[in-house]
Amino acid sequence: MALNEQSALADEVDASRGIAPQAPPTAVRKREVMYRHSVAVRLTHWINALILVLLLISGLRLFNYHPALYWGDYGYSGVPSFFSIAALEDIETDEPVGVTTIMGHNFITTGVLGVSYDAMGEPVTGAFPRWLTLPGGLALARDVHFAAAWLLVFNGFVYLLFGLFTGHFRRALVPTGAELRPRHLLADVWNHMRLRRSRGEAARRYNVLQKLAYLIVVFVLLPVMVLTGLTMSPAVTAAMPFLFDLFGGRQSARTIHFLVVDLLVLFVLVHIIQVVVTGVFNNMRSMITGRYAILPEDGK
Amino acid sequence: MSLITRRSLIATGSAAAATLVSGCDQISNVQSLRRILSFGQLMSLYAQRLLLAGQPLVREYKEADMSPDFPPNGTERPNGMAYFQHMMSNFANFRLTVDGMVKKPLSLTVDEIKAMPSRTQITMHNCDEGWSAIGQWTGVPLAHLLQTAELMPEARYIVFHCMDEMVRTPDNSGFYYESIDLFDALHAQTILAYGMNGKALPVAHGAPLRLRVERHVGYKHAKYVNRIEAVDRLTHIAGGMGGFWEDRGYQWYAGL
Repeated sequence: MALNEQSALADEVDASRGIAPQAPPTAVRKREVMYRHSVAVRLTHWINALILVLLLISGLRLFNYHPALYWGDYGYSGVPSFFSIAALEDIETDEPVGVTTIMGHNFITTGVLGVSYDAMGEPVTGAFPRWLTLPGGLALARDVHFAAAWLLVFNGFVYLLFGLFTGHFRRALVPTGAELRPRHLLADVWNHMRLRRSRGEAARRYNVLQKLAYLIVVFVLLPVMVLTGLTMSPAVTAAMPFLFDLFGGRQSARTIHFLVVDLLVLFVLVHIIQVVVTGVFNNMRSMITGRYAILPEDGK
Repeated sequence: MSLITRRSLIATGSAAAATLVSGCDQISNVQSLRRILSFGQLMSLYAQRLLLAGQPLVREYKEADMSPDFPPNGTERPNGMAYFQHMMSNFANFRLTVDGMVKKPLSLTVDEIKAMPSRTQITMHNCDEGWSAIGQWTGVPLAHLLQTAELMPEARYIVFHCMDEMVRTPDNSGFYYESIDLFDALHAQTILAYGMNGKALPVAHGAPLRLRVERHVGYKHAKYVNRIEAVDRLTHIAGGMGGFWEDRGYQWYAGL
């Protein structure tokens, strides 16, 4: 902190003299712009962002047609579910009440889940609120969901080929041995908790938590989403019945699909928060033009 | 401009909401948008046909795996006097017609169908809304019926005409119908079922005959079937999209 203030002061003094702040040639002492993201990463990133939004809003629309989750092969109204959203009626006021049931515990979620309000303040029943779901019916939601799923697969394929053949995964995503040492990991967790922004040499690369998060999303969460989605298709499981065994049945696959998308939404929320915290302009510019400003080690 | 009362504001609001809703329906009916989206359906069709080239069977379950209940979906009892009389006479006067592009059109009673080779399978029913149930079905393989009727080489699709009228129309075009192509029609597990869970097929599940086409989701499994028609194209039947729901925007290929 003291160092930062000193340096800022020095910059101010330099500015008042009409001299640009000077830096020794060894360390990053000056704000420097690097080329951070390749065209392939930028393109697949934004296409992926659009696809995930389409998949999410159409998926929530699909979920609204049977807002309950089960384990095993079968599941329908009447089979005990461990997660469900319903619209009930208050017997005293006749007002609709949104009830979310998790493991047998009921929570009143009127306004968000089960019952939400439209622009006029009128109650609307439906598991997820209308503003979060694709408009239109089941047929359109299915069309959008499956078309977007194909785009996700194509886009993911392009990204994987790029990452493997250019060494992007090896260079940018695989953590080094030193980074995986508990001491380094803890230091990085501490940096994240203080919302500290990487500077200097460290800012040239993804930090280790970032690398691990991207690896988990790319190689675990998204593939599990695709596979659990395929497990819900009676034609696919005719050819690949082992998918049932892999996920514990069709309803289990549907449940995992829903739980993993929660993790993806959580990832995206944290991702966006971090983009904001570490500089919206710089981050957006780097993901659009590729150019990313590196802050000096100890200055502003 | 006059004063806007709360009541009139609400009325305007709900009118606007109604417009919005029909607007959404319009969006889902816009042909160009749906045509762009239909690439997903085509991709799924081609990819899944490639996967299923060896015509594998869907998983069959043991009796112990069956779900305690099996929710009926769609029509649970067709309207109209004709069906009511069939129901009252236990389908004694019912005839299944097999016609269209076949050399020997058939007209069969339920007993005649039951005398044909039969297949019993315990399979999972997948509704496009997301639920699933496991039940046991007994019926005649569709392939056997089509073989008996001698399918013409031009035939490409099999259309199932049903006795439940979904929408009353002057030209009687509102009856449920469905269609599959020969790839699915000739599959070993594609049967015209007359038995469910060891008993006669209940009315709620499509008595006296319903289609089981196991690699598709629920709405392809036509209930109350009384006519099977072999055709070379689907465009001349009702809305021309190959099924009651397909005519209303649903996917013809429903393997997912």
